[in-house]
Amino acid sequence: MSTATEPQTVMLPMVAAINRAIDEAMTKDPRVIVLGEDVADSEGGGVYKATMGLSTTHGTDRVRSTPISEQAIVGAAIGAAIAGFRPIAEIMMFDFIAVAMDQVCNHAAKLRYMSGSQTAVPITIRCSAGAGMQFGAQHSDMLEAWLCHVPGLKVVIPSNPADAKGLLTSCIFDEDPCVFVEQTMSYFLPGPVPVGEHVVPLGQAAVRREGTDLTIVSYGRQVNDCLRASDALAQDGIEAEVLDLRSLVPLDLDRVLTSVAKTRRALVVHEAVTRCGFGAELSAQITEHLFDSLAGPVARLGAKNVPVPYSMPLERAYLPGRAEIVDAARRVVEH
Amino acid sequence: MTPDRVALLGMFETATKIKQCDERFRLLLASGQIVCTYYSPRGQEIIPSAFSVLLRPDDYMVTTYRGLHDHIGKGVDLRGLWAEFLGKRSGTCKGKGGPMHVTDPTSGLMVTTGIVGSGLPIANGFGLAAKLAGTDQVTVVNFGDGASNIGAFHEALNLAAVWKLPVIFMCQNNRYAEHTKLADGTSVERIAMRAAAYGIPGVTVDGNDPIAMYEAAATAVRRARSGEGPTLLEGITYRFFGHIMGDDMKYQPAEERQAAMDADPVPAFRVWLLAEGVAEEVDLAEIEQRCDAAIDDAVAYALAAELPSPDELEDDVYAENLA
Repeated sequence: MSTATEPQTVMLPMVAAINRAIDEAMTKDPRVIVLGEDVADSEGGGVYKATMGLSTTHGTDRVRSTPISEQAIVGAAIGAAIAGFRPIAEIMMFDFIAVAMDQVCNHAAKLRYMSGSQTAVPITIRCSAGAGMQFGAQHSDMLEAWLCHVPGLKVVIPSNPADAKGLLTSCIFDEDPCVFVEQTMSYFLPGPVPVGEHVVPLGQAAVRREGTDLTIVSYGRQVNDCLRASDALAQDGIEAEVLDLRSLVPLDLDRVLTSVAKTRRALVVHEAVTRCGFGAELSAQITEHLFDSLAGPVARLGAKNVPVPYSMPLERAYLPGRAEIVDAARRVVEH
Repeated sequence: MTPDRVALLGMFETATKIKQCDERFRLLLASGQIVCTYYSPRGQEIIPSAFSVLLRPDDYMVTTYRGLHDHIGKGVDLRGLWAEFLGKRSGTCKGKGGPMHVTDPTSGLMVTTGIVGSGLPIANGFGLAAKLAGTDQVTVVNFGDGASNIGAFHEALNLAAVWKLPVIFMCQNNRYAEHTKLADGTSVERIAMRAAAYGIPGVTVDGNDPIAMYEAAATAVRRARSGEGPTLLEGITYRFFGHIMGDDMKYQPAEERQAAMDADPVPAFRVWLLAEGVAEEVDLAEIEQRCDAAIDDAVAYALAAELPSPDELEDDVYAENLA
């Protein structure tokens, strides 16, 4: 009889998995604190309830609702982190990080380097993000490429509830500032989540589907769209390999190159607008390393280069979906 | 809280060290022996001198690109400080920070930022850490009058007030925001008036008067240490050598600058100490010689120190270098 034991899992939506990760981290380490708008239970436990119950369990000293002051939130997190805490700063919407970019990019990202490693900034900035909820242009952005461009930051985007728990745990206990991007469209989709400690290391991409004809590289909720598109492609005899990057910085380039070296064709899919998106970086990396073995150019599929629109048909036209992924993959294979 | 003799002589020693460091630095710059951007704090010696005798090494300080006086006041080792200014490997930050980004946790000098006003939100984090850890450490964040016009100032004062953080917001009002006169860019006559908007004490003092500065700083430190919350303190001062070394200072009327230099706070402090019988000439001369010797040592050390190797470029970005 096999004695191997699968970790016990429970079905949870991503937002609950995030809540579990923070709760367990706070229980494990008294240095973990939470700052953000409306995060305490008296203010509702977060706009998406991601921090619900935490202030009741861990106290309002450690789970602190703040004024609507993004610079003050990130700044306080940075100072407390340098002084030995592990703050989790919630920026309610990814778009609002624009208000705090000086603290994020000039301070969190650079203070280790500028101090010659005398001071570390182990903060995690959590942001809800992404389109699909008809929130319009200022509550729907995916801005990960901005942050990947800044040396010193790590950027993490989970595609499923289990990874959300495991990757967030890694971010909280990482020695460097991490931006953890939570797509709101994924918040309420359930998936199996390991009970108890669950850590997914940063910088390890996952192969979500094996295939031989092309590699589709993606991250976040678009990984699931890529998997559904791959099922459709398989009906036409096209076998796609689907990679989930999980973190963009650090990037598991080895895994990407190993896969593309095998399939000789690559498509990068993300929700963010295509122009200067992470797909551009990835496309360049793949091309620089594998130019001679590629069967065709690396393709990119992202959102259209417009602000996120409000009206449903416009928002749907903005986002890359399953049909667009299928079309793009076919073009890559037929090249 | 009047300073006693020990405090007064401690302040004089700090002020002297700052003045002499600045003079030596400008001399070496003018002679071409060193090359770097430099924001002289000359004329603003008294404010950090007061904190130098009021703070403990485990109290936190945050300052700005015009920070040499605050670095010295908080007790950053002169050798490391000079080596950092000269970009040497043995500088406080391995030559990666430079004058605008000195960090020295040993002395409690935690952050030096080159972004106007950005230190204030971070100072709140140090205050929060002390509060959560249950210590009585205080945090002093220094900034200029110009910083009171940036959003971070207002976000930070509000949050510090709401959370009653042990932070002293020290506005060193040298009357110019880069090249702009205070009245041309600031809606209030006194920066400390802005404290009223956040329901915290706002105090304006002559930042060049050692007694007044000491007393105001001591009150703010005591308030923070006892858990009563933040203070916005404004010390009126003047910078003698413009925004950045080499600027033409045409925006500063020559007679205004001359009057400020005639009232140079460091020699004035010296005269006062002698007149009041706090110290004899021999005591002050000994302090000055001690500072001079320490600076000689630091300059010799920094000039002889090795530059970093290009191999070190990609270290210190992350805790572990990324592939």
